[in-house]
Amino acid sequence: MNRTIITVVGKDTVGIIAKVCTYMADHQINILDISQTIIQGFFNMMMIIDTSKMTVDYATMTDEITKLGESTGVQIKCQKEEIFDKMHRI
Amino acid sequence: MINIHEVIETNNMIEHDNLDVRTITIGISLLDCAASTVKETCDRITEKILRIAGNLVKTGEDISKEYGIPIVNKRISITPIALVGASCCKTPADYVEIAKTLDAVAEKVGVNFLGGYSAVVSKGLTESDKLLIASIPEALACTNRICSSVNIGSTKTGINMDAVRLMGETIKETARMTAERDSLGCAKLVVLCNAPDDNPFMAGAFHGVTEADAIINVGVSGPGVVKCALEKVRGESFEVLCETIKKTAFKITRVGQLVAQEASRRLGIPFGIIDLSLAPTPAIGDSVADILCEIGLEKAGAPGTTAALALLNDQVKKGGVMASSYVGGLSGAFIPVSEDQGMIDAAECGALTIEKLEAMTCVCSVGLDMIAIPGSTPASTISGIIADEAAIGMINQKTTAVRIIPVEGKDVGDTVEFGGLLGYAPVMPVNQYSCEAFISRQGRIPAPIHSFKN
Repeated sequence: MNRTIITVVGKDTVGIIAKVCTYMADHQINILDISQTIIQGFFNMMMIIDTSKMTVDYATMTDEITKLGESTGVQIKCQKEEIFDKMHRI
Repeated sequence: MINIHEVIETNNMIEHDNLDVRTITIGISLLDCAASTVKETCDRITEKILRIAGNLVKTGEDISKEYGIPIVNKRISITPIALVGASCCKTPADYVEIAKTLDAVAEKVGVNFLGGYSAVVSKGLTESDKLLIASIPEALACTNRICSSVNIGSTKTGINMDAVRLMGETIKETARMTAERDSLGCAKLVVLCNAPDDNPFMAGAFHGVTEADAIINVGVSGPGVVKCALEKVRGESFEVLCETIKKTAFKITRVGQLVAQEASRRLGIPFGIIDLSLAPTPAIGDSVADILCEIGLEKAGAPGTTAALALLNDQVKKGGVMASSYVGGLSGAFIPVSEDQGMIDAAECGALTIEKLEAMTCVCSVGLDMIAIPGSTPASTISGIIADEAAIGMINQKTTAVRIIPVEGKDVGDTVEFGGLLGYAPVMPVNQYSCEAFISRQGRIPAPIHSFKN
């Protein structure tokens, strides 16, 4: 399994999660977990996805997801899970 | 599984506290490039560097994108050129040819610095070493990306005072030859004692002869992250303070370890070491001096600075060592003046002097770094400063270095602008009394005794 973390930060608006999920479904990306919280009035969403059957390459997916965020007025980041695992787990 | 708060913490470090991987440096041995003519040596060097480091920049950018962590610099360190050029270089101009070749190949690969225009002369100087040192001023004046270093002493060999004298003059000449650029050449020239073979940070990086054919070394950074973590424990005990630094250093280093392993895997080059140094940049909030202030000093340089820095340095190592399988290079905290906004402010208001910086170098990595001094400073005084630093390194079995810029035509009260990561610096006053007679003596200072420690 190739796990990646998608984070969405910005003003809460209608349809953010729907848009991201649609993109995932269109490209055979499986969503493993979603959680969200509001910090200082900002919407923070984290999504753990599995990219092992993904139909696009990683760099393209990152670019497209980032653009999707820009068009919705939120910041979307796409990072492989290891960076968080390494930092927070011994 | 990772939770949302951990993800937010990591991303806050990256976005707000300037967490980054400071450099991926490929060390390349050029010993097999030595040939009987300068041209053939240059051709072999070009071929080898392009072959081994050709994909470095692209790989660094890919890793950066996939993990969402900035990797600021991609660099190359090479075998000290005084060894590689020994058989073919008969004049300083021959060495300058090699420097130009290295500069061209560095540009082609896309790295911002290439280190290793170096000589290791801790006990004596070969003819080749002398030629290389004589070529340094011109080599640094006619190239952009080459960094030079000379190791003039070690705990095992003592200090080569002939080389110290020579380096004082070389620094002055380098300053003169790059006078129109605020003596920028000196920012790319460092004099070391006990230089490590696996340092990924410029300007002192070179690929030592004890190393493999090629190796990946990574320098992590993150003074901003440490400062931010300390803001949350103001007024707490030393125990809490130390724990906080350790935990933060651990987290920072783990990111470096991940990047190092990935770079090693993708480039097919073994992983060497992670250098744990906290390396500041002129960016606001990316300052080691600010950490010292957060620990409780009004300004860096105030009484207590050496103790605070010793504590910081030690905790960074303790946290970092557990996070990585191999730690090396310099590891600790860097205190370059021009590259650290907090240090610049402290020097400008008079809180920080060269003498205090010298004391600070006893307890942290490296030494007198990126310090601008008046252009009128005599070569013997610069040699005296180098000898003092080398003595600290030799006696205390640690690396020390001097990267000092006697700025042509400028005096105390002026400011020097180096630009980019090198930052800017106020010209600092130097003790006016002479050490000419001391520096004129020939020979070397013997290696120290290792018993009866005091």
